[in-house]
Amino acid sequence: MAVDILMPALSPTMEEGTLAKWLKGEGDKIEAGDVIAEIETDKATMEVEAVDEGTLAKILIPEGTEGVKVNAVIAVLTEDGEDAGSVTAAPAPDVEKVSPVAEPEVLEAQAASDAPAAATLTNPDIPEGTTFTKTVLRDALRDAMAEEMRRDETVFIMGEEVAEYQGAYKVTRELLQEFGPRRVVDTPITEHGFAGLGVGAAFGGLRPIVEFMTFNFAMQAIDQIINSAAKTLYMSGGQMGCPIVFRGPNAAASRVGAQHSQDYAAWYGHVPGLKVVAPWDAGSAKALLKAAIRDPNPVVFLEHELLYGLEYDVPDLEDYTLPIGKAAVIREGTDVTLVGYSRCTGFAMEAAEKLAAEGISAEVIDLRSIRPLDMDTIVESVKKTNRLVTAEEGWKPMGIGGEIAAGVTELAFDYLDAPPARVTQKDVPLPYAGNLEAMSLPNADDIVAAAKAVCEGM
Amino acid sequence: MAKAASPKRRSSPKLKKDEALKYYRDMLLIRRFEERAGQLYGMGKIAGFCHLYIGQEAVVTGMQACLKEGDQVITGYRDHGHMLACDLDPKGVMAELTGRAGGLSRGKGGSMHMFSREKNFFGGHGIVGAQVPIGTGLAFSNKYLGKDNVCLAYFGDGAANQGQVYEAFNMASLWDLPVVYVIENNMYAMGTSVERHASETELFKRGISFEIEGEEVDGMDVYAVKKAGERAVKYARSGKGPYILEMKTYRYRGHSMSDPAKYRKREEVDDIRSHNDPIDGLKEQILAAELSTEEDLKAIDKEIRAIVKEAADFSLESPEPDPSELWTDVLLPVEA
Repeated sequence: MAVDILMPALSPTMEEGTLAKWLKGEGDKIEAGDVIAEIETDKATMEVEAVDEGTLAKILIPEGTEGVKVNAVIAVLTEDGEDAGSVTAAPAPDVEKVSPVAEPEVLEAQAASDAPAAATLTNPDIPEGTTFTKTVLRDALRDAMAEEMRRDETVFIMGEEVAEYQGAYKVTRELLQEFGPRRVVDTPITEHGFAGLGVGAAFGGLRPIVEFMTFNFAMQAIDQIINSAAKTLYMSGGQMGCPIVFRGPNAAASRVGAQHSQDYAAWYGHVPGLKVVAPWDAGSAKALLKAAIRDPNPVVFLEHELLYGLEYDVPDLEDYTLPIGKAAVIREGTDVTLVGYSRCTGFAMEAAEKLAAEGISAEVIDLRSIRPLDMDTIVESVKKTNRLVTAEEGWKPMGIGGEIAAGVTELAFDYLDAPPARVTQKDVPLPYAGNLEAMSLPNADDIVAAAKAVCEGM
Repeated sequence: MAKAASPKRRSSPKLKKDEALKYYRDMLLIRRFEERAGQLYGMGKIAGFCHLYIGQEAVVTGMQACLKEGDQVITGYRDHGHMLACDLDPKGVMAELTGRAGGLSRGKGGSMHMFSREKNFFGGHGIVGAQVPIGTGLAFSNKYLGKDNVCLAYFGDGAANQGQVYEAFNMASLWDLPVVYVIENNMYAMGTSVERHASETELFKRGISFEIEGEEVDGMDVYAVKKAGERAVKYARSGKGPYILEMKTYRYRGHSMSDPAKYRKREEVDDIRSHNDPIDGLKEQILAAELSTEEDLKAIDKEIRAIVKEAADFSLESPEPDPSELWTDVLLPVEA
């Protein structure tokens, strides 16, 4: 019986890839374990091994094909003795129609990022006439680090797999080649230890960028981040500044379960002495990371794995930075204010589009910074729209949305026409099963529903 | 009884007068300062946690003698002695203990949190073991910047069980960082004796699996400390990587001022105090070598008492921090 060879998913978030090379040809005998092809994703080149033995009867996707969806049939294997000719009539799969394993939200985020208005609106402070280059988030972050490392010899990066491996998520790709092992330092898997070492290096006159493979692992290091990095300036009466950036992906990835899928914005946002940044698009992320590296204070920089591969317009501006602590109105509206950060900003943009179709004009604020929290921008918007919906991937209790809602009720109580609404992750550890995970995480439709509820009777 | 700091034969170096008297003076300053701090605590002038260094003076005094300009020191919360050894102003230290504006952290740090960039003293850390990776990071910065400076990272026998200590050992050895780990084994992690908290009680061996050299040192003998310290500092400075010194020492007081120390017998303390005190021991050596007279040493004692009295007076006269200080030093301003 013929066996279909499928395009494999090589990471939890991979949706498609390039079939770079066939290492076996039609008619070749294949043993289980043989390397039959090479596949390129946005992160890496991987070898595809045969699972079954037999004869490679038919190659359906020629080498060099880009955008091959995960699970697409790429070749057919026949068992020994089977007539290879019998499979030639197999239907050629439609590359575009094969459904990816990725969650629908991922595609929606992609859609939001492609919204035509986003380029100008996400960076309202960019001068008119500026040109843009499409850049994926991970490369924008890499560019920010590379530019700062060129500018300042004391900036270095350390973390797990940042050097030789080129970054677990390829955010540090090519930094080792340019800056060498002195400044791009692979660490052992010891978050507590290397976070503390980074703090010491900062006290010693350097500007470390400490990459956590994900912020979930930074819980091992949170004592050093809070007790040592954040508090020492105060405890020393102003002597011991700690210029350090702790960065890495935060919040949910895709199907990696509860321990690898937590949003720490509220945790770090609670602590005086820290600055906390959680950008959405590549342009602001690059500008904010450069600002974070230059900041004389410890900065927790929360990225998002599901945004790393998304393409955004990055302004072609030399040495462009954005101030930490300043939110941005990235879509103007009059009926309701939607506030998000990181991936939820994308959902808010998508929700605004859907709401517009229903006659509701939503203003979208990209928070960008969690601490300092830019209440001025939020309050100014709410005074205009009189309604507020917040969106975050964290849990609702003691969360960012609660903080914003409290701030708005303190500062603009009389302007509110409805109680503020909070869209959050459901109050459970993130489940693994695809359907439960999708139910647990916030999405654009949740924001649409919340916005319609606060606008009821408008 | 804990088998530490057993009264054994002191090292018999050829004492030089200036050096011997400096050690005597430095150790005595720590002793008298800490006695006064204890007294002020009893009077309610010092609050919170206050961990006294009495009994351990030889360790920091001997190690400090091995350092050169630019070398860094970092320690845990039993830190007053290290501050004085690093030449921090006793008035500023005592005023920090009393929580006054004249304190080294302007009253915002307290006993466990004082620093001096000028003197390369990096604290003063209240979380057990946290100073070990930080000190290793200071050593990392020395190597990165091409300086031939060494960091001394002090910690106790209790901290020696913390996981982050071993994470730091691993990286320090892997990257040949110029750091000397000084384990001040005073035989008790708060109230738990080394025998009860450590599977391997010879703590200098704790670096073996990281290929870090270690040795045991009589931490009650300032000359033994200095001799071992010079070896270790030279090793680290030469680029060979970290080194561990386990100082067998003893604290006479409780873990902190609120610790009645019921976990050990009075006789144990008395025995060490009367047979193996670091200051009395040095005094005997000085007198035996006829480097000074009983009378001259008394004059030093008098001088030290005056310094400590001045520090105590200052710490009580200095005003409390201005209320505006509540809001300063949370973040540094960003340069435009």
